[in-house]
Amino acid sequence: MSELRFTRDHEWVRRDGDTVVIGITDYAQEQLGDVVYVELPELGRQIAQGKEAAVVESAKAASEVYAPVSGEVVAVNEVIAGDPGKVNADPMGDGWFLKLRLADPAQFDGLMDEAAYRKFVAENG
Amino acid sequence: MTLAASAAPLKRTPLYDVHVARGAKMVPFAGYEMPVQYPVGIIAEHLHTRTQAGLFDVSHMGQVRLSGSSPDIALETLVPGELRGLAPGRMRYTLMLNDSGGIIDDLMVTRVEDGLVLVVNAACKDTDIAHLRTELGRIVVIDVLGDRALLALQGPAAAAVLERLLPGVATMPFLSGAAIGEFFVTRSGYTGEDGFEISIPSAQAAEWAERLLSEPEVAPAGLGARDTLRLEAGLCLYGHDIDESTNPIEAGLAWTIGKRRRDEGGFPGAAAILATLASGSGRRRVGILPDGRAPARDGTIITDPAGNEIGAVTSGGFGPTVGGPIAMGYVAAEFAAIGTPLNLLVRDVPRPARVVKLPFVATRYYRG
Repeated sequence: MSELRFTRDHEWVRRDGDTVVIGITDYAQEQLGDVVYVELPELGRQIAQGKEAAVVESAKAASEVYAPVSGEVVAVNEVIAGDPGKVNADPMGDGWFLKLRLADPAQFDGLMDEAAYRKFVAENG
Repeated sequence: MTLAASAAPLKRTPLYDVHVARGAKMVPFAGYEMPVQYPVGIIAEHLHTRTQAGLFDVSHMGQVRLSGSSPDIALETLVPGELRGLAPGRMRYTLMLNDSGGIIDDLMVTRVEDGLVLVVNAACKDTDIAHLRTELGRIVVIDVLGDRALLALQGPAAAAVLERLLPGVATMPFLSGAAIGEFFVTRSGYTGEDGFEISIPSAQAAEWAERLLSEPEVAPAGLGARDTLRLEAGLCLYGHDIDESTNPIEAGLAWTIGKRRRDEGGFPGAAAILATLASGSGRRRVGILPDGRAPARDGTIITDPAGNEIGAVTSGGFGPTVGGPIAMGYVAAEFAAIGTPLNLLVRDVPRPARVVKLPFVATRYYRG
């Protein structure tokens, strides 16, 4: 069974056992516009919660993708490195960025659920 | 993810409602609320302009008329362009300079029946107008044409489209201008494509924008596409590629200094600029093509292959027609030759690139 959480920086994170998949939300991709480049971390790197995990660049500007939880990078999505437009086309699916081995499940549990994120965007978007 | 946000009292152009009705994302730019992109996005707007025609609202730019006795001679005291020899109906790119030869603004000047019409950058217009009033106010009449909008119709279909609505414009050569009723049309632009800039009384601007947008070849394009188009065309953006700390020679704009002006001087910073012209500048503006896919933005440090800092990027991003990252920047003169390898320090990682000829995309101006 997988669970979905969100950050105030507009990342989504889906938990599947001790692994999480991370990407940017539909709201984020829409705000960025055409994604033209992504830079993904090396496999095996340890990333702490809130630290830069990846870079996403649109036609206008570069932005950071922060790790919603701490963990070791166990997979990156090479598909979006070759075809960055996938991040716009399917941000919650084929446009995922990376997978981490979850270091502390409490960090995941502390993030917003979908209803809370929707409310956050409605109030702050 | 960090998404920028800003809130300040902003001005609106006469086309504000047109932009909003078409779903534009409005952003603050030079004190105005301007469309950065429409729902199709910057890349689609850019490519549409290169293949058909894009309509840009550039009403935030300053339009100023100089009239009275010999405004050309007067303006030549502030710019290095040959204006006395500018024929009626002809337009020229020139530079407003400070006393050390730094660039206060770049502008277009067109000779009209009763004087000169200037189009200056939005972000500079208040200081430009103050400068004109201080320096020339006692000699010439300065009218700020604040009640006019400016539309840019750009792309290979622009001439066919505008000819339908304003017959006669299709044969105007590049860098010429003509009054058509209350409109003033010039064959010019900031995309490297054929196209026109149309000065329209504000009250008629929205109606005319809708009329142009209803033509099948025309789609709206925002500031985002305007920036990617001008960068591919190798054109300078004031405040980035040129400013008061850059002079025309190092910026690669020596061609804007007329022959007579080189002989006579008589423009701000002439001594320094003409000396640099003779001796060569220590740094040069160049085109830069990254080998990889990572864009290098304004401010990126440029090093030689050994890692020594030799300059910085002043404009950079993704070129939709090129299909990859492109940049312009200043490098020490010995690294300015076409093909010179460089490194760009993007997020502290050196990324190989090379100096390339500008423009990145061949210009397609209408020469008649």
